[in-house]
Order: sequence, then structure tokens, then C-alpha cells
Amino acid sequence: MNTPTSTPILSLKNVVKHFDISGGLLEKLHFTDGRLGLQSTIVQAVNGVDFDILEGETLSVVGESGCGKSTLARCVVGLHKPNSGEIYFRGERIDHLNPKAMMPYRARMQMVFQDPYSSLNPRMTVQKTLEEPLKFHNPGIRNGEIKDRIDEVMEQVGVDPLWALRYPHEFSGGQRQRVSIARALMVDPAFIVADEPISALDVSVQAQILNLLMETQAKRGLSYMFISHDLSVVRHISNRVAVMYLGKLCELTDSESLYNTPRHPYTKALLSAIPQLGVKKSHIRLKGEVPSPINLPTGCIFHGRCPYADERCIREIPEVRDCGTGIVACHRVEEGSL
Amino acid sequence: MEPILDIKNLDVKFALRTGTVTAIDNLSLSLAKGERLGIVGESGAGKSVMGFSIINLIRKPGYIANGSIYFRGEEISRYSEEEIRAIRGNRISTIFQDPMMALNPVLTIGTQMTEAILAHMDMTQEEAERIALEKLAKVHIPAPEKRLNQYPHEFSGGMRQRIIIAISLLTDPDLIIADEPTTALDVTIQAEIMDLLIELCESEGMSLILITHDLGVVSEVTERIAVMYAGRVIETGPTEAIIKNPQHPYTQGLLKALPESRTPGEPLYQIPGMMPTLTDIPPGCAFNPRCPMRGEICITKRPEAAFADEHTGHMAACHLVSGDLAS
Repeated sequence: MNTPTSTPILSLKNVVKHFDISGGLLEKLHFTDGRLGLQSTIVQAVNGVDFDILEGETLSVVGESGCGKSTLARCVVGLHKPNSGEIYFRGERIDHLNPKAMMPYRARMQMVFQDPYSSLNPRMTVQKTLEEPLKFHNPGIRNGEIKDRIDEVMEQVGVDPLWALRYPHEFSGGQRQRVSIARALMVDPAFIVADEPISALDVSVQAQILNLLMETQAKRGLSYMFISHDLSVVRHISNRVAVMYLGKLCELTDSESLYNTPRHPYTKALLSAIPQLGVKKSHIRLKGEVPSPINLPTGCIFHGRCPYADERCIREIPEVRDCGTGIVACHRVEEGSL
Repeated sequence: MEPILDIKNLDVKFALRTGTVTAIDNLSLSLAKGERLGIVGESGAGKSVMGFSIINLIRKPGYIANGSIYFRGEEISRYSEEEIRAIRGNRISTIFQDPMMALNPVLTIGTQMTEAILAHMDMTQEEAERIALEKLAKVHIPAPEKRLNQYPHEFSGGMRQRIIIAISLLTDPDLIIADEPTTALDVTIQAEIMDLLIELCESEGMSLILITHDLGVVSEVTERIAVMYAGRVIETGPTEAIIKNPQHPYTQGLLKALPESRTPGEPLYQIPGMMPTLTDIPPGCAFNPRCPMRGEICITKRPEAAFADEHTGHMAACHLVSGDLAS
């Protein structure tokens, strides 16, 4: 396994991202108490997330659909501007930079997307797809150099460089994902955000892509932020795991402790839900459904579904606290009853 | 015991402009009453085509070229379109992957449910509604009376899949074919749906065919598994036996490729190469170009299914298992 250092490559400080989905003026009009007023509908996707990703580390973010993990990933690479909070890359604040000032950081941070069918331009050959980021970030680079770099990266991701003139439709899903990874590697990044990079792939192909990601990390000393809902994959490749629920961090700890001794009730439920080979086990049933991120619950956001919730959980938002092996946001854990 | 479903030497072919391809190749399977069978394989293995062929939903250019399908002793593969309609959606129900695609967005749940009942049974609207309510309660939907008048978009993904299951139960079918029913859902919802399927099979005495690529899901839900590769069943037997003691090198590879089988951080096992496309399936054993144990005979002769354990019915189509190739 990779050995992370203790210096952070990326730090998130109280990152908040809300989306206004209320639409035009007419859609904002609402009657309240007999009066006509304007009312916005806000989706609170990420609500104050703090953590560091260390140099050479794989930090995974897990959670169910709508928990804000992809929004957070997009904030990190600058595809969304957070509403508040700060993001630092190697000590430099990057979240408030204008596009021009952001340029050098963009080359250091790359992203790999979930669906290799829609994230590659169908009208561009592999060569065009790969040379685009390189030319963009290194204007005036010689053609010979570009060719060498493409050959080298394609070789590294396991796609024959002779196929550089082919189009995405000529490749299988796994090979396309290799091309996506190659595209991210072209500009020699230090940090890659991978948003569900293997969920669209078959089991045997998943293994190939995971191996490629781990190999590349070892060779280049990369750091990864890995977004996934597949907990057994996350366990395999991560140093630390962050569990998110409704835009908030529930628990963040090293991967072994998370799987062996989960603390937060939501983490426990999530882990008990993974089907395991050859084991017929009982699942922890959660009450109700994930609340809408438009009207967040009061207090602990998980209280409506938590089997251990009491009156304090409804009233008071739990702070993220150190629990020895990692951090947990839960009143019960803090009180020592869990 | 008489099997509820018996598929014998089924061949399904597709006549394409470039030539005829065989999507299902000499497939035989049988299913007992109340049994839960998992069909496992990667994309393109022919799992879904097999599911469709049971209810005669293979459309041109596809056709059943050979073999027969018996359901409760009747040869339904010979049925006319009209005859099969009395079975499809009535005695055999299907559940598909995406619950949003399977529901009509402009009709209420109540309308869609009663419509399905009235299509198969001679009864009044009120009686149909009563059955709909009863089935919604059975899949644990809270306040079903209120829910009947709602539209699909008012439900979450997990609830929609429950409604689809409720619809599939309306006619008290003997067999449910579930094609990747939990793939589009989150893990906690997936766990609920799996528990629900097991519970319903046990309480209603229904049989289930669960088509999935997720080995974890089949190992929790099913009692028996058939592993498919390139249109062929290459291994079949009790779920536990296959998970713990797989015989076919492909099944072994699939299980070894899972992250659970290695210590975190170690490289995962990779099956070399890719599944062949249906247009160029290699001669002999379809898996031979990727097989680490390949011998001369694997290239020339197609392996027949042979017993690995006669007592449990664990079979594999591999020359190693039949003893034609020394390991």
C-alpha cells in the first residue's frame, strides 16, 4: 500500500455549497399569510465540510445519492465555486481565484469521471483527447514532445499507442476509462479527483482499473480523492474514509478502523447494508427516507432515521469531535453511550 | 418434484446483416417451486436475453432457434402471442432495473396498478383497488390509500422499486424474473429490497430468477446460481458451493477479482483479456483464450456440463471438471 506523508496537499475549511433552484421571478412568487412575497428554493448540497487530504494519500468520500459527495468533488477542482469556506492547495488558497490565476492549479489537479461513454468526446480521436490538455497548459510545446508524451502515458495506462488515431466508440468501457485516466495524467498532476470511476464497469474490468489507479499512484506519488458508493472497493484502496450524509461529514477515520469499529450510527447502517459473499446477515433497517436537502432537519441531520436519537439530537447540531482513531459527529458517541 | 420452469437446450439467435449470432447457446436450466435462482455474468453474457426468452419477449431479428421452455409442465415456447399473454405479466412477472422507466410518469400509481389487474382478471374497479392496496401494504409502503393517487415522481427511488414489486405481485404470480432490480439503488435501499424479495418468496411460495452482475447480492438472496459466459451457462449449483468452491476457471477469476478477496492495498487479480463479442466466439471452450489452465482439448472441443458434486447438483462446463484435461 502507498505510504502517505503528513503534509496536506489539499485542505477544506468549512466548505458550503448551496444551489438556488427557484428559477425565474414568477416561480419565486409565493403566498404566505395572505401576502404575496418572493421565496427562493435552495438546495443545501454541502453544509460545512472540513478535512485535509495528505500528500500521497487516498481519501475516499462515501455516502448515498444526494449526500453531496460529487458536489464536494467539483468544488475541490474548481468546477463549482463554494458559497463560503476555504479550499487550500499545498497551502495556497484557491477557491476565490479568478480563472486566469487558477490556471496553474488546474494542471496540478485533474478529474476522472464516472461514465467513460459520456466523458470522452465522440468526435475526437484518442490522440486529440490526450493532446488537448497538454497544449492548453503548455502553449508552444513541440509536436515531437507531444507525441512522446502521448505514447508514454498510453503505454502506462495499458492502451496500445498504435490506437491513438481511433475514436472512443472503437473501445470497450474499460479501455475508455483507461483513456480518461490517461487524459488526467497528461498534464502530470499531483492530485486526482475520481468521481465513481469504476461504477459503470463490469467486475473483472473494475479490478483492472483499480489496479491501474493503485499502480499509477505508487509510480507518481499521486494523491486521490476517491468518490464512491461501493464500500468494499473503498476499503481496498483508501487510507482514510470520509462518510457523508446530507452534505455533512458524519465520520472520518482510517479505513481499517472504519470497517472494523464504525462509530456513527449511519456508518454502521451503511456497512451492514453491503452484501457479503457467502454470508447471510441481517441488515440494520433505517426508519424513513433521506430528507430533502431543501428543508434540512434541525439538530443532527440524521436524527429522523437514527435508532439512538433523543431530544438533544433534535435540538442541537453535533460538533465534529476527535474520538481517538478519527472524527465523529454524534452526540451519543460524545456522551460515550455508543 | 416437478420443476415450475424447465428450459431445455435453448438456442436464441439474432439474424443480423453481418450474419447470425448466437446469444443463448444450448442453455438448460430448471427451477423448483419457491426456489430462488441467480443468473450471474458480465455485460453481454446473455443474462437478460435469457430472461426475455422465458416470457417470449425476443423480438426480431432475434428468434428462438432451438430447444423448449416448459412452465408448469406446458411448453410455453410454442405458445402464440395471444396464449403467452395469459402467462406473461400474470403467472410470470418481471421487475426491471430502472423503476422510473418502468412506470408511466403521467398516470397515478393507482391507475397503473388497477389497469394491470383488470387486464388479467375479470373484476370490478373496487375489487381491483382493494387488491392494489393489499399489495402495497405487502411491500411495506406506508399509508397506501394516500399513495394510490400519487404520481411516480412523488416517490423516491426505493419506493418506486417497491411499487414495481407490488405491481408484479398483483396477479399472485408463480415466478418473478428480476433483472438487476437493485443496480440503480443505494446500498441501504438495495438491502431493503433484497430483504423484501426473500420475504415475499418465502411467504407467497413464489419462485425468483434474479439476474445480476453483483455477486454479493446473489449470494445473499439466492439458493442456486447459474454463471453465464458468452451465452452459455458455464457453472451451476448451490449458491454456497459456487461462492466457496467455484469449479470453472471463469467463476474462480470473477470471485478472485473482488476486492474482498485480497488484503487492502494489494493488487487485485485480473482475468486477462475480455469477453468475446458474439460475432467471434472462439471454438471449443468460449473461455479458452483467457483461461490460465487451458489445454489442447479446450481449443478443439467444447466442454459438456459435468458434475463436480453429484449430490448437490454442482456442475461446470470445463474439461478440468469432466476429467478430459489433467489439472
